[in-house]
Amino acid sequence: MTDTLARPVETRELNRVVVRFAGDSGDGMQLTGDRFTSASALFGNDLATLPEFPAEIRAPQGTVAGVSSFQVQVSDHDVTTPGDAPNVLVAMNPAALRKELSQLEVGGTVIVNHDTFVERNLTKAGYESDPLEDGTLDNYTLFKVPMTTITKEVCKDLGVKPRDAERSKNFFALGLVSWLYNRPAEPTLNWIDAKFNRQELVAGANTAAFKAGFAFGETAELFDFTYEVRPASLEPGTYTNINGNTALSWGLVAASQQAKVPLFLGSYPITPASDILHELSQRKNFGVRTLQAEDEIAAVCAALGASFGGNLGVTTTSGPGVALKGESISLAVSLELPLLVINIQRGGPSTGLPTKTEGADLMQAMYGRHGESPVPIVAAYSPAQCFFAAIEAARIALKYRTPVILLSDGYLANGSEPWRLPDVATLPDLTVEFASQPNHTNEDGKEVFWPYLRHPETMARPWAIPGTPGLTHRIGGIEKEDGSGNINYEPANHSYMVNLRHDRIAHIVNDIPPTMLEGDVENADLLIVGWGSTWGAITSAMIRARQEGRKVAHAHLTHLNPLHKDLGDILRRYPKVLVPEMNLGQLSRILRAEFLVDAKSVSKVEGSPFTSGELYRHIIGALDD
Amino acid sequence: MTDTPTITKSDLPVTTKADWTSDQEVRWCPGCGDYSILTAVQLLMPELEVRREDTVFISGIGCAARFPYYMNTYGLHGIHGRAPALATGLAMARPDLHVWVVGGDGDMLSIGGNHLLHSLRRNVNLNILLFNNQIYGLTKGQYSPTSELGKVTKSTPAGSIDEPFNPISVALGAEASFVARTHDMDRQHMMEMFRRAHDFPGAAFVEVFQNCNVFNDGAFNAVTKRDRRASMLIQLEHGKPIRFGDDNEKGVILNRYGSAEIVEVADVGEDAVLVHDENRQDPSLAFALSRLAAGPFEPTPVGVFRAVERPEYATEASEQLAMAQEVWGPGDMHKLLHSRATWEVA
Repeated sequence: MTDTLARPVETRELNRVVVRFAGDSGDGMQLTGDRFTSASALFGNDLATLPEFPAEIRAPQGTVAGVSSFQVQVSDHDVTTPGDAPNVLVAMNPAALRKELSQLEVGGTVIVNHDTFVERNLTKAGYESDPLEDGTLDNYTLFKVPMTTITKEVCKDLGVKPRDAERSKNFFALGLVSWLYNRPAEPTLNWIDAKFNRQELVAGANTAAFKAGFAFGETAELFDFTYEVRPASLEPGTYTNINGNTALSWGLVAASQQAKVPLFLGSYPITPASDILHELSQRKNFGVRTLQAEDEIAAVCAALGASFGGNLGVTTTSGPGVALKGESISLAVSLELPLLVINIQRGGPSTGLPTKTEGADLMQAMYGRHGESPVPIVAAYSPAQCFFAAIEAARIALKYRTPVILLSDGYLANGSEPWRLPDVATLPDLTVEFASQPNHTNEDGKEVFWPYLRHPETMARPWAIPGTPGLTHRIGGIEKEDGSGNINYEPANHSYMVNLRHDRIAHIVNDIPPTMLEGDVENADLLIVGWGSTWGAITSAMIRARQEGRKVAHAHLTHLNPLHKDLGDILRRYPKVLVPEMNLGQLSRILRAEFLVDAKSVSKVEGSPFTSGELYRHIIGALDD
Repeated sequence: MTDTPTITKSDLPVTTKADWTSDQEVRWCPGCGDYSILTAVQLLMPELEVRREDTVFISGIGCAARFPYYMNTYGLHGIHGRAPALATGLAMARPDLHVWVVGGDGDMLSIGGNHLLHSLRRNVNLNILLFNNQIYGLTKGQYSPTSELGKVTKSTPAGSIDEPFNPISVALGAEASFVARTHDMDRQHMMEMFRRAHDFPGAAFVEVFQNCNVFNDGAFNAVTKRDRRASMLIQLEHGKPIRFGDDNEKGVILNRYGSAEIVEVADVGEDAVLVHDENRQDPSLAFALSRLAAGPFEPTPVGVFRAVERPEYATEASEQLAMAQEVWGPGDMHKLLHSRATWEVA
């Protein structure tokens, strides 16, 4: 790494470490965290990440409001959350220290960019005295590192201007932390070369800064130990590190491939869903068409129009967008065409917390439309699992010719984890058949096509796409007669159709997997019921409680409408039922209404996921209650 | 599905109006202008080189929006205002189809105004027919975004204070490539405009003056009545001087500010009269002509205002797909899954 003779430093082994990088929005913290994660993933650790950033692109520099952070848990064993309290906080300025310090474990390590701790920045961060000197950090291990100065120094000979050189200080921090945790340097150096191959100066500055950070650790005599987290013993296979939005995008592409139906995405940019539009717009060689529509309504309507034409129509958005799409979704309910509506949930109401996570759109998905307008609901539960959730949602939409709502959230969307890549040959066959023949004989003996004549098992109507001779027909949102599809306003007919639309969605219950049930299935004293991204925190909290001899089981719902067929029996099997949700108790209300069980709600609506510690305390509290 | 071979007329079965007429009972009010528009379309279709199954009519909500039910083609009756968005998705997914969009002035200029603008801007291959009757019919007589100032309706008992849209000006402002106007009293002219719209490769916008005999009867009488047409309708014909009048005595000139102005030809001389050029890249001429009449009570131009070809949206999108396949090869799911840094666990 360096010509300087490295001083021997003892390496201590850890089972896991939680590192949080925090700095100003412009400091490149997401990139730094992402690179640390990638290097750890390639090293073979299990991990989970939690990126957090302000809603403003450039909030006022140096303020607490402008702090952007990235937390990663690196482990030698299976982890399901990004960790509760970080062990290490890297604070690039006083604001980052002020905002994040309370999260850090007592006795944890704080590494600060000492250059930024000047009066002006301290004032901006709201400090009246220097926290590095006034005792604030007495309970922590503090390392003061002049990151900016050293970075500028090592960049000087490269011909990089000091102002530009300063931008590379995040790579200094990355280099230092990489040294501290014995991360291999090559993946990061290779990445810098590839990423900045057309910007020689930038590549040079970043490389120099990274190496300087690494060398600083070796030579500065500040650190007495380095740490190592051994590779995790994961299932054999090929792994990649993936976040939820990418996994979800790839799941959509896979569904289209498995169905042999082109994918059409209509979308309007909205945080935190936009990355799916970005990802899919790069998949044109898969025949994927993307339309950045003029608004949310156009986005869903274009997707529905494409479905009418024989594509798998998809629209991606967040809660506010789903609200705008409501009428169009109920049109799809009436047309009985496949459509995927993907909601990457965020904090509401209104603009709410656009960059923060929440799971408060379950009732919207269930009931957020006019009239009786039932749609199947699938919910993803981990970043990588978004891939399979997308395929499952597409399967239901295509097979049952219905709009399906797929719920993910900001935490799953941006959080990442290692994913054992599936063998493409094992993906389900979703082949659909378009109608090609008339299906009804009129009284006069004429062969005609009836657009609402149903498949006897799935109750799905035929998908007859324009361009097919002999099957010309008209469909619309006005109430129709079953079979012929002709407009029909008769009271009895409407009642029949409302019930039919309800029944055909309820009927899907026979075609969804049983409830995921883990833990003390036979004799638990407490059942935790979750849905969505709470899976990770519930899992690790339950493991902890069970390690202490508590009898706990965990049911996680991947399908919210219809609910799993075995769920009623499961709920009644255990004396206590606890339902942790990132809302004020929406699933618990549904469970109470559907099954008459005393499902107790545990809420968190702080824009960040449950920690496993919080849930552990709730579990113990409920058991001892 | 996109590689439809070019259809020549000899490949097509001979059809008549009856073949293009569905078995559904037409339920517009007796005397509605929509009937004559429907007839014009049903008479035109056999003359176009298209198959019924490759033709789709898409609509939103309103009286005009019932149109698809009466065409023996594929059809989709959607929700209020969203027909151009539904049609954009279909036209992108299926560039082999002939997609028509039908709607009224409330549907396309009020609740769905945004979608109209953007489908025109993108130049999606749609034939968009806007039935303008200057009133809300299906909701029983409220003023519309094209109703004249002062209009007294159920929702404007003291008269409308909303400045109306000029649909032709709106379309031109939205970068429309093909813009035309016709009216429900002249079947031949309607058929000609619809044919031109069909032949145009891109978004083709046709405003149709349509009489609502129940809630806004005679709104266009001043210009469309047979005995008024010569003096009140200004026929736009490509390459010809723009002249009209009972004795063809009037003409249109461009004044020094670029505005179109009606003059006595005798006063300015024949050479001063503007020669219509629908192919001008610059939309200023078409826009100036669209401003000639403040409403259908002044001499009003009809015909093709603008027909300027530019890249069609669905074609361009398809070309990007073809290009990607050429560069990257056809999509390979295994390769995609392994496209980022991976590592092996033994």
